[in-house]
Amino acid sequence: MNKNIVLCGVGGQGTVLASKLIASAAMKKDIPVMSAETIGMAQRGGSVFSHIRMGEGLYTPMIAKGSADIIIGFEPGETVRMLPYLKDGGQIIVSRRAIMPVTAALSDTPYDGGDMIAYLKAHTRKLLVVDTEQACQEIGSVRVLNLLLLGAAVQSGALGLDEEDLKTAIRERVPEKFHELNFRALSYMREHYI
Amino acid sequence: MHKEFLMGNEAIALGAVTAGVNLVSGYPGTPSSEVLETAAKHRDDTTYVEWSVNEKSALEVAAGAAYAGARSLVTMKQVGLNVASDPLMSLAYIGVKGGMVVLVADDPGPVSSQTEQDTRHYSAFSKLPCFDPTSAQEAYEMIQEAFTYSETYGTPVFFRPTTRVCHGYASIMVKDPSEYTRHCPEGFRKDTARWVIFPRLSYQNHIKIEERNVRLAEDFSSYKRNRIFPEAKETPIPAGKPQKRGIAAGGISFTYAMETLEQIGMVRLLKVATPHPFPEKLALEFLGGLDEVLCIEELDPVIERELTYLCGKHHLPTKIYGKLTHHVPNAGENTQDSVRTNIMSFLGYQPPGQAQTGSSSSDGRLSDHVDTPPVLPVRPPVLCAGCPHRASFYAVKTAMKGQKTIFCGDIGCYTLGNAMPLDMVDTCLCMGAGLGIAQGVGHIEPDTVCFAFVGDSTFFASAIPGVVNAVYNQADMTLVVLDNSTTAMTGHQPHPGTGHTMMGNIVDKIDIEAVLRGIGLKIVETADPLDLSAAAACVRRVAGEPGVKAIIFKSPCIAVTNPDGKMKIDSGKCIRCKKCIRELGCPALIMTDGNIGIDASLCTGCGLCSQLCPVSAIIPSGTAVCTADRPEASKGGSHE
Repeated sequence: MNKNIVLCGVGGQGTVLASKLIASAAMKKDIPVMSAETIGMAQRGGSVFSHIRMGEGLYTPMIAKGSADIIIGFEPGETVRMLPYLKDGGQIIVSRRAIMPVTAALSDTPYDGGDMIAYLKAHTRKLLVVDTEQACQEIGSVRVLNLLLLGAAVQSGALGLDEEDLKTAIRERVPEKFHELNFRALSYMREHYI
Repeated sequence: MHKEFLMGNEAIALGAVTAGVNLVSGYPGTPSSEVLETAAKHRDDTTYVEWSVNEKSALEVAAGAAYAGARSLVTMKQVGLNVASDPLMSLAYIGVKGGMVVLVADDPGPVSSQTEQDTRHYSAFSKLPCFDPTSAQEAYEMIQEAFTYSETYGTPVFFRPTTRVCHGYASIMVKDPSEYTRHCPEGFRKDTARWVIFPRLSYQNHIKIEERNVRLAEDFSSYKRNRIFPEAKETPIPAGKPQKRGIAAGGISFTYAMETLEQIGMVRLLKVATPHPFPEKLALEFLGGLDEVLCIEELDPVIERELTYLCGKHHLPTKIYGKLTHHVPNAGENTQDSVRTNIMSFLGYQPPGQAQTGSSSSDGRLSDHVDTPPVLPVRPPVLCAGCPHRASFYAVKTAMKGQKTIFCGDIGCYTLGNAMPLDMVDTCLCMGAGLGIAQGVGHIEPDTVCFAFVGDSTFFASAIPGVVNAVYNQADMTLVVLDNSTTAMTGHQPHPGTGHTMMGNIVDKIDIEAVLRGIGLKIVETADPLDLSAAAACVRRVAGEPGVKAIIFKSPCIAVTNPDGKMKIDSGKCIRCKKCIRELGCPALIMTDGNIGIDASLCTGCGLCSQLCPVSAIIPSGTAVCTADRPEASKGGSHE
């Protein structure tokens, strides 16, 4: 099984832990895995991405355009930015909540995540928009954004991993006091997956 | 052996630990910082690890250890090597006893750097060998081999990963601790003819180095990581192009080239793992019978020049293409896609995409009317919500309004003070340069009020000589030290002002104010930048004095402290003037449907915005709001 996964969002949203969890889950299944992520200045509120690749015969952690099986977007605009990486028939999971950049707030430039979602809808057949704000409210924590999106990715089947794989990774990588909260995010997405 | 999922930098550190490294020193700098941090985490009781005050000190410490027979590793980013170049160039003549690896991480792009300089040139310039890994797994093994080469030839060696190798992760095979090499240093043996550099010794050693590098080039031709990949039996070069073509690559670009060639069919490929001394014999074998070669590498055309030189030297008819011939971009980083395009067009394939452009009918998969993507938000990196640097810059800006000023910035998070709306960084050059630039401008334009901003880590690393220079030469300027008690941009490393070391020791803090007073500054004030009116008053007072004076704005980085609480908008009072947004540019201040709001997930409760709000509408989140008829603030739910 070869999978190319792109995670994208804004610095500080938790893409790094999400990519670690995916990698960890793949490791457990003895699937070779490589990844790459933005580190440095862009982590201060800039656009960030992670590339994750699983499978045999890989040379590089970087994904070529048009070859991602799935894009997990933490922010609508950032997902549009990464759209060229999606392969034909690839899956997109995206959080509905837009993050207004400081530059837009300053210049009164309207930035509407709705436009971005509409664009994604027009350009992909397999799109799942997750109402993360609603979900976070129901779960009672804003810190589960990454697990909600991973949960949706699992349900879509495009990740090549199941809920149990991710739970194992969480047990390994996340402090115990957060396990229940993270599990709840995964099961929330199982129950609310359309 | 066991498998671990490691970042390239972690793999390098683990490789060094596996090779029995006795001492690791360095100065933080993206993309190199995780090497030393990982070495510190995995070190045994006999290994010494330190964040040095700058790269020059780090290299000297590592050299001393290698003089004493230890295996030492020094880490830095490419621009750090400029700082360490003085000891490096001389050390090249003296050599070492224990193995010494100089790790310099290059940053094509550049992603997080001032320059796109190529350490392979430093390698040729200093005549020191250079190892250039292509992946995390190779880096793990290669650094162990680098120590062996260093000891065999008695010379420090360069190890030069680039950003994508440093920060790429892979599941790789590593040794168990029981398999680690234990290296016991023999100690320093006095020998002035060996360790004291004099013109005569340099002359003699220069001769030896030139001879050695001839042997090394020969040796490297059979080093397993320099290698020729054979072409496939039937390489499907498109018809009509009968030439024999090959590709030469190094670093991460090699992995991009392999991904493409595995798909379209292998051609002869030279992988260069040691760009200096160049493995000439192997390269000649590669060139034999080829008509054309494309060189794929990042930063400068080092492999390309070597191959071009070899063709001239040996009268070969092979044409060498790359950056010099504009077949490959000569700036910025390569990507899988750019390398694929370069290779396809070199081999005579139509670049991907062009074929489709030619076809007349659309596949109808996508609707046409939405083909232009909506304007994407621009997201330059910004100072974090609650960052004390924002407060410091704002205090100076407020205090100096209407005066002719220059604000000389420096390297660190606070370079981000250049962005609108703060717009408080007029110059930024390199570590510690702001002080000198402020002085130079002041000498030419005496009517300008000159400021130099420097962070605490940068202060210790390279600003102190600039202060001495200013005092000695009677400059008129204000130094503003932005002391956030950490080295924030590179991931919160300790420094001499923090009071702890990488060995876990609690040590005396070096007091910046005492240092400045020791140099001879009469006016040094320490202030809390988050107290806006007091901070601005301090700036007015200090900047108005003649000579060299300093303000230390002391407030810890929000990433190393627990936030005090959060602020909220009393929307009954808020007149929506947007002053807070317009003047501060804090990412926690947001506009939704014409209303100002505070993103509670970002706000740290620093309170800066509440101090400039003209109607006191920004209040601590615990405070009760009296007005009953405020516009809906918390109906919750979605925006749609």
